Amino acid sequence: MTSLPKTAPKKKLGLVIDLDICVGCHACAVNCKEWNTSGKSAPLTDLNPHGKDPDGVWFNRIHTYETMNDTGESRTVHFPRSCLHCDDAPCVTVCPTGASYKREEDGIVLVNEDICIGCKLCSWACPYGARGYDETEGVMKKCTLCVDKIYNKNLPEESRVPACVSTCPTGARHFGDLNDPGSDVSKLVAAREGYALMPEQDTKPVNRYLPPRPKQMQTVDQTPRALIHEDTSSDAAPLLARWVDKILSV
Amino acid sequence: MHPAKSVIYFTVATGAGYGLFFWLALLAFLGVLPADKFMGFVMLAIAFGLIVTGLISYTGHLGRPERAWRALSQWRSSWLSREGIMAILTFIPMGIFGIYWVFLGQNTGFTALVGLVGAGMALVTVFTTSMIYASLKAIPAWYNIWTKIGYLVLSLMSGAVLTLALVSAFGLDELALFLLLPVAVLLLLGLVAKVFYWRHIHAGRVVSTAESATGLGRFGKVSQAASPHSADNYLLKEMGFKIARKHAAKLRWIAIVFGFVLPFAIIGLTANFIEIRDLAAQIFMGIAAASCILGLVFERWLFFAEAKHVVTLYYGETKV
Repeated sequence: MTSLPKTAPKKKLGLVIDLDICVGCHACAVNCKEWNTSGKSAPLTDLNPHGKDPDGVWFNRIHTYETMNDTGESRTVHFPRSCLHCDDAPCVTVCPTGASYKREEDGIVLVNEDICIGCKLCSWACPYGARGYDETEGVMKKCTLCVDKIYNKNLPEESRVPACVSTCPTGARHFGDLNDPGSDVSKLVAAREGYALMPEQDTKPVNRYLPPRPKQMQTVDQTPRALIHEDTSSDAAPLLARWVDKILSV
Repeated sequence: MHPAKSVIYFTVATGAGYGLFFWLALLAFLGVLPADKFMGFVMLAIAFGLIVTGLISYTGHLGRPERAWRALSQWRSSWLSREGIMAILTFIPMGIFGIYWVFLGQNTGFTALVGLVGAGMALVTVFTTSMIYASLKAIPAWYNIWTKIGYLVLSLMSGAVLTLALVSAFGLDELALFLLLPVAVLLLLGLVAKVFYWRHIHAGRVVSTAESATGLGRFGKVSQAASPHSADNYLLKEMGFKIARKHAAKLRWIAIVFGFVLPFAIIGLTANFIEIRDLAAQIFMGIAAASCILGLVFERWLFFAEAKHVVTLYYGETKV
């Protein structure tokens, strides 16, 4: 059923991505590919992987942007982009087959690849480019929030988080229930003013991004000290040097 | 958006086919269409042919065509599903109308009533086709009323031009003259609808920006510093289609000339200076119809090629 759940999901599992910490190492994208190519959506097919124009199915991509304000102050921001598991997911409602759906229990948006016809309309409807088309299998694939990992009782509890989260070497990615105001992720969003991407598209994304922290204000004068051998004044010099200076200045 | 040949053919052919059926059913209802079996066969074969090949062309573009039947299940939320269901349901009155006309030589009374129902359903089907595109908020060039108006008017227009060519080919000069006014009006309406569509999408309205896509606008202008991958991926191939502005302007003129101006001029001159029963007039009416369809192919190519998707904002586009 591609209608969205009638009652809003009790849990809204999602990611909180800290743009202040991300160093753009692409480890999350690589581990995502690694887990999912043998998980629920397996395989994440590659086309021409060793050729000149390698292409393939990826659920997570790391962009790098530069920002520049009017005073010429710039920043470089690494920006991981993956499915935001929207509350009003347009990729779900456009699906003609019911292959695309949003889970009532935890809000995860998934594709049932057994009934997907590969019409690609969901990828047109998604503003965020979250979907990847598998040309060899003729079906659409997407981030599952590692649904086959986060509930996997065979894994130690600390490993039951999406692959991108468990692999991030800087701790820039957080996973949890964004519908629970008491959860760690919700507290983080509240403390750091986490935001949604393209709110004007009305998709109500669940994932949040934490903005880079403001640059440290320069409170002390940090103009570099120049070494000038010809001092004009000896006021700051030690006592003996001041005497010599006075004698020589006569 | 990538202008896929299969989808261009699908929208142009089904639009013209449903439009042609609309006019045949309307003329039958008005009692001005002779119930000649052979003529019925030829005209309906063209209408059905355009619709069926269009639908097959779309189905062929699916990743899993053998599962296409599954697309009929989600009519509650999906316009593509609604389109599929309407296309199939419309075949019922169309088929009954066709059987009565082609095999029993009847196209008035009950047959015409069924035909009229089919004509109405044909228009609803064209509307559902337009909504597949007009319901996608992530593509502002499609998410507007001119998309819907364009598909409906161009379907009625290309159908009317085809009907005129066909009734001329069968030597029905009175019917051809009767059709001149609606054809002329629709060619003008079609041109106006497209001009308004193009004005709308080039009016400089901005829905989303690189700043809103990344949320980094608080730090100033956002630009791409490094690409997330070394070669084009599915997103860039499907949604990142770029067309040079000067080519777009040229192609718009080609669409306007072939789609609207030439058919209008050819039909007008032919009707005024040549007897419709003359072979020359029949050929000219055929040329006008061919020109119209060719123009619509350019128009539809542009409809896809000029439409920017907001996902391009993550790949260097600054505003959509």
